[in-house]
Amino acid sequence: MLELTPKEISKRKALTINPAKTCQPIGAMYAALGIHKCLPHSHGSQGCCSYHRMHLTRHYRDPIMASTSSFTEGAAVFGGKPNLQTAIKNVFNIYKPDVIAINTTCLSETIGDDIPSIIQSTDIPEGKYVIHANTPSYVGSHITGFSNMVKAMVSYFSEKEENVLTKKVNIIPGFVEPSDMREIKRIAKIMGLDIIMFPDTSGVLDTPNTGKFIMYPDGGTTVEELKATGMSRATIALGKFASEQAAYELEKKCNVTPYVLKSPVGIKATDELIMKMASLTGKEIPYELEEERGQLVDLMIDIHQHYSGKKVAIFGDPDITISMTEFAISLGMKPIYVITGTPGKDFDDIVTKMLEDAGIEGKVKSAGDLFELHQWIKNEPVDLLIGNTYGKYISKAENIPLVRVGFPILDRVGHTYLPTVGYKGAIRIIEKISSALLDKFDRECADEDFELVM
Amino acid sequence: MRQVAIYGKGGIGKSTTTQNLTAALGEMGKKIMIVGCDPKADSTRLILGGLAQKTVLDTLREEGDDIDLDEIMKIGFKGIKCVESGGPEPGVGCAGRGIITSISMLESLGAYKEDLDYVFYDVLGDVVCGGFAMPIREGKAQEIYIVASGEMMAMYAANNISKGIQKYAKTGGTRLGGIICNSRKVDNELEMLKAFAKELGTQLIHFVPRDNIVQRAEINRKTVIDFDPTSNQADEYRKLAKAIDDNDMFVIPKPMTQERLEEILMEFGILDVA
Repeated sequence: MLELTPKEISKRKALTINPAKTCQPIGAMYAALGIHKCLPHSHGSQGCCSYHRMHLTRHYRDPIMASTSSFTEGAAVFGGKPNLQTAIKNVFNIYKPDVIAINTTCLSETIGDDIPSIIQSTDIPEGKYVIHANTPSYVGSHITGFSNMVKAMVSYFSEKEENVLTKKVNIIPGFVEPSDMREIKRIAKIMGLDIIMFPDTSGVLDTPNTGKFIMYPDGGTTVEELKATGMSRATIALGKFASEQAAYELEKKCNVTPYVLKSPVGIKATDELIMKMASLTGKEIPYELEEERGQLVDLMIDIHQHYSGKKVAIFGDPDITISMTEFAISLGMKPIYVITGTPGKDFDDIVTKMLEDAGIEGKVKSAGDLFELHQWIKNEPVDLLIGNTYGKYISKAENIPLVRVGFPILDRVGHTYLPTVGYKGAIRIIEKISSALLDKFDRECADEDFELVM
Repeated sequence: MRQVAIYGKGGIGKSTTTQNLTAALGEMGKKIMIVGCDPKADSTRLILGGLAQKTVLDTLREEGDDIDLDEIMKIGFKGIKCVESGGPEPGVGCAGRGIITSISMLESLGAYKEDLDYVFYDVLGDVVCGGFAMPIREGKAQEIYIVASGEMMAMYAANNISKGIQKYAKTGGTRLGGIICNSRKVDNELEMLKAFAKELGTQLIHFVPRDNIVQRAEINRKTVIDFDPTSNQADEYRKLAKAIDDNDMFVIPKPMTQERLEEILMEFGILDVA
């Protein structure tokens, strides 16, 4: 399907082909679903809301609920205030959430609807909450939208009472799977760290089939927990791009110390998280985690011949791509192309430094697209692609195996239940990388090279 | 049918000039429609004898898009058809989108009758966004007149509007028909505007002198032609109407740089004080 991608790279301006990102509201909606009994609300036309729900539904394979202001021509001209006020009233009456989390859209941003003043001038039932994040899609990406909504949780909810400091630590997991959030909570529990995770989509988007439709499952960070984040003793923000804004807002608003770490994908990033947790508890790291780490190291040594020295292209969202690149280097692979669709010079700086330190010559690009990645690959091929489902076109065109990591994964399953973070997640990533490379070898090798034991 | 758009700096007298001009054309027996493209909805007050108009967008807001032409089109002086686009209250929504909506709606309602000689669009201030360029997009208004005076900011706005016209002229048939001077009695105004128009590659189509009768007529909610048909000022508007009716000079303007604009001001605007 991509046979027309030219090998020759010509300068492009104001044109993105096969983007490696999507709309801000998708991230905002996903974050909002991590609040207990929250209904995301899209302030714009119906099409935006439908697309965002559909995209999330395809990735999580669970119905994503969200309401919309249903803009018409009139709303575009006169402003969306009446629509939003009616929506708030109807949503609380009919769908009965505890929280409505409003994200804006390109249309409502462009006509300049002033959401805070609309919320203020609307009657909100006792004990219910309406929060909002500005999420124009012509700025940033879905990661920016996620970050904006998580920051909104802090601006709207986090409270500080005089001289109250709890033993809790906030963890902002970043734009990762419900399985990953579960895994981070499990690690924190083993470490003996009392945490508030926000947002938390575990128990919301990975729920069991009980034969009954439940609009608001048991999962998600409760409003009480969100309020209490202001009295925690620290915040661990996992992933600079998705999480640091909220952590800094908590510091500004409630003086909670922020620690911004990488998304805990791979051995190094997981080590850093666990060391940070240990420094906060002041306790030894339990054997249970040492054992997991030991298993990971054992596997890395046992099968390093499967992937060592292989060239790899990594693409996707910045936080996961940064950590994935670090892990690939730990595995002895050569990540020669690393791109994200999300804009941000920090990405280039961080990844370039990683490659330099590892003595790898590679190309790094933020605000890049898959067309350019494909062109690079045409000029110098790689052995493996690591990224989201959109990489399957390049994979097919160039006969390069694709390991699916990140968002979205629309054509494979498992990501919502099996984590990629932590030592367990790293083992799962190795399994995938190794299998992808060996499957291709087995499929294509000569009979005399076809081995039973590999 | 000639479709004409009138642009110019805010407060320069676009609506007053347009209504007096259309009144004079109406007197000549022309069939005319005025489409007010200003959220303030004051483009047809003098023709209708007051702000009697329900705007397209008000009607849309209150009754949905299933509306009759009669509800939004009123007939005024000399049978001139008047439509006001209207818009949101100040500070909310999108007025530019409002103009796009209302002009599209007028088209679908069949307001553009074959027997019309002229459709005039009276457009607010500057071409600030795509919506305010609607009258010159997609082959609607083919001719544009810019109302200006010898004041710096009026000429600056006129030059800026020319940039918009130049943009749309390349893809559509829209052309600049000339500059209308609505005099502010600035020093050397006539010469300055002639030079300015020439530099833009167009003409000063008429110099409308300043006369207080315009103000008196406005207070009486009338055009000068209606209020005092024998006055000198009425004749000036008739001359303007004739010049536009006879006009055959339609150009793609050549907007100038800020430096060149200021040179013209220096050249003509500073008189030796004797």
